[in-house]
Amino acid sequence: MAQFQLNVNGEIHEVNADPTTPILWVLRDHLNLVGTKYGCGIAQCGACTVHLNGIAVRSCQLPVSSVGTNKLTTIEGLSEKGDHPVQKAWIAHDVPQCGYCQAGQIMSASALLEANPNPTDEEIESAMNGNICRCGTYTRIKAAIKTASNS
Amino acid sequence: MKTVKTTIGRRSFIKRSTLVGGGIMLSFNWLASCDMTPQQVKALPKEWFKINGFLKIGENGLVTIMSPNPEIGQNVKTSMPMLVAEELDTDWNDVIVEQAPLNTSVFTRQLAGGSQSIRQGWNSLRMAGATARAMLIQAAAKTWNVDASEITTSQGQLIHEASGKKSGYGPMASLAAQMEVPKEVPLKDISDFKIIGTSRKNVDGTKIVTGQPLYGLDYSADNMLIAMIVHPPAFGMQLKSIDDSQAAGMPGIKKIFKIKTHLDNYSLGAFDNDAFNEVAVIVGATTWEVMNAKKALKTEWELSPNKKEDLDFFGSTMTVETPAGLESSNDHRKIFDEMPKKKGKIVRKDGDPEKMFSKAAKIIERSYTCPFLAHNTMEPMNFFADVTSERANLVGPIQTPEIMEGSISKRLGMDKEKIDIQMTRMGGGFGRRLYGHFMTEAAVISKEMGQPVKLIYSREDDMTQGTYRPAYHALYRAALDENNNLIAFHVKTGGIPESPLAANRFPAGAVDHYMAEEWTEKSNITVGAFRAPRSNFIAGAEQAFLDELAEAMDKDPIDFRLELLERAEKDPVGERNDYDASRYAGVLKLVKEKSNWTGTNPEVYRGTAAYFCHNSYVANVLDLEMRNGNPVVKKVYCAIDCGIVVNPDAAINLAEGGVVDGIGHAMYSALTFKDGKPEQNNFDQYRLIRHSEAPKEIEVHFVENQIDPTGLGEPPFPPIMGAMANALYKATGVRHYNQPFITDKPLAG
Repeated sequence: MAQFQLNVNGEIHEVNADPTTPILWVLRDHLNLVGTKYGCGIAQCGACTVHLNGIAVRSCQLPVSSVGTNKLTTIEGLSEKGDHPVQKAWIAHDVPQCGYCQAGQIMSASALLEANPNPTDEEIESAMNGNICRCGTYTRIKAAIKTASNS
Repeated sequence: MKTVKTTIGRRSFIKRSTLVGGGIMLSFNWLASCDMTPQQVKALPKEWFKINGFLKIGENGLVTIMSPNPEIGQNVKTSMPMLVAEELDTDWNDVIVEQAPLNTSVFTRQLAGGSQSIRQGWNSLRMAGATARAMLIQAAAKTWNVDASEITTSQGQLIHEASGKKSGYGPMASLAAQMEVPKEVPLKDISDFKIIGTSRKNVDGTKIVTGQPLYGLDYSADNMLIAMIVHPPAFGMQLKSIDDSQAAGMPGIKKIFKIKTHLDNYSLGAFDNDAFNEVAVIVGATTWEVMNAKKALKTEWELSPNKKEDLDFFGSTMTVETPAGLESSNDHRKIFDEMPKKKGKIVRKDGDPEKMFSKAAKIIERSYTCPFLAHNTMEPMNFFADVTSERANLVGPIQTPEIMEGSISKRLGMDKEKIDIQMTRMGGGFGRRLYGHFMTEAAVISKEMGQPVKLIYSREDDMTQGTYRPAYHALYRAALDENNNLIAFHVKTGGIPESPLAANRFPAGAVDHYMAEEWTEKSNITVGAFRAPRSNFIAGAEQAFLDELAEAMDKDPIDFRLELLERAEKDPVGERNDYDASRYAGVLKLVKEKSNWTGTNPEVYRGTAAYFCHNSYVANVLDLEMRNGNPVVKKVYCAIDCGIVVNPDAAINLAEGGVVDGIGHAMYSALTFKDGKPEQNNFDQYRLIRHSEAPKEIEVHFVENQIDPTGLGEPPFPPIMGAMANALYKATGVRHYNQPFITDKPLAG
């Protein structure tokens, strides 16, 4: 066990955990931030996507010991009032079915738009290909990203 | 105006008086935190008045509607309350939706399965709203001293036109709650609907996009521990012993032990399917610590024997035999080679098909296969349990809470009255969460620990301890005469361990000489319902065969189907046909029109298919184009007849999902076995459709009619597999007979 100071959603959190613990489980079990989801544990489904200094990363593959002072953002911290353009677009298109993967989808989409405000269809597909939606909301996700891109 | 007697769901109202001001409905409920719509401007009321088991009204007019059924992404948490709100005649913006707990004294059929929630809730939910409206009217009549028949309602307002008196529902709610429950209530005419048939946003939408806790995996309670299981690595094996010398002392680990999910003398219920009755359990403080100990736990396995178990299938007892042995996909392939050659069990025979085949000028014969599939809900199986000697509280994702309450009651030896079940929003179901062994396991583990626990399956646990879609085989034969007329049709299906035959579905009824037969082969691999069970294979096989048949007969594939359907409508063969030929033809005609089927575009390759299941009709046209030598699904047209559409945009979403899911499983997914062991255990080996493989566009059209709503969660899933196969043939010249099409080999990954 070791002590870590983590910058999550703009706040510093003290965490006492095994250094190998993936950030996913630190968020969920230690910080009670359960918006970041467990899906596969091997970075294949994207349900656990968070931002590390604004870049989309799979938190299931990110040991707590590797984060240091870098800034983590989770779905809970993406916006203060749930009004990030991507979140608004998701509501406008009523994207979710079961909804379980959508936090990860939104984190991937918002990181994409931060880096590339006007992505083409192919760029969207490429950036989002690591996020599985078992319900098959892919066409709506793409439409919502375009709406957010235009806002 | 239609009047319904309130007796159907009378038990919903009988207990009203005993529950007012207390009882389960008003007690604190973790899941029942209010879901406010963004437009909501009213503050929460100071007091709620419970009108009946489905709804309560605040003094300020806000209405809370209980959504009775489990939510697995089919959006019933929005659409079911819409039915109540419609007949209550309130403003949807004044509605708060709560997920109801399991409560068999108030609600009927709290189950997600068979695409039946809206169909079977249609009358009872509307009645609940209409009854409350009638009681509000009575309250206003009493208050104003006027005749109830002179009072009308609109958008949450009570109006007495003659005197000009008006009141919101809120001020009348207290009195309304004391009114006698009417014996009969009027229901609205369909033309008067203001909510049903209009698109309303998912009531959980805001919570989902902001990451609020909604799912079973998100649930936590004071003193809660985390539990995981270790199950045998292969079907046909069982636990022999565990050696926890290394794992027990690891950080955070509380206890390691073995459990039996069902006791030895237990008579299995219909949804107790579980290959591995005895499993090792690791309980600890945090998920990661338990995962680490899981890796360190040493286990010994042994071959399990032949088993014969009693299964209580809703009152009728049957014996289920599970063979011993370690099965491989190679063994299954041999079964697929041999069994179709043997005589099957004839399920339906019209005319004299053998004779017609013997004198046919041409016989077309094709075989189709599909592999086992894992459900792979994105949220792996999990459940929370807090079991003491007095009570059991269970919280989590389950499609069959009422049935599982019975299983848990038997396992714990505890009266159902002492068991409380709350349903979380589910991260997908697709049939997997009908089988709640994980819920029983959680209860047994909590009892052993004397502490609340949350049982979590890893993805690997989830994928390798499934209730899989069975592996199916279908052999189709058609006899043509010298003029290329279809004179006989023969379908012979089988599977491991069940057959996908639907003997009385189209084209039964459309061909004079018809035969349907089937075979099955036992297996120890556990199977269960998977979105549109059996249809999820047979639709694609049948529709690919009809396409090939149309080609051999030199007919347009849609026109060919319409000809057959016309025959089935005007002069049906046999009396047991289970579909409505005119509605079937209706979706084909609609998709033909909307896709401009008769138009030509040399760069687009088109496939069509149609199917009827779960009381609804779906037809597709799928357009492929070749990009850099690879087929890309450019557009899918989907025509659906599911009766009245309650929430159109959400219905379109569900249909789009069915299309994507169908293409994905037909193209990419398979679960294969080697010596009893699933060869895929995570998404690096098990392929699911991804963004870039989804259709670029999906257009959904509904047949407009006034028929009571039927299923929608499942029907859009099966036919698209056939449309995909047929379009691929047009694009590449190759017909695909084996799912997944990407490998196109029987039972190969």
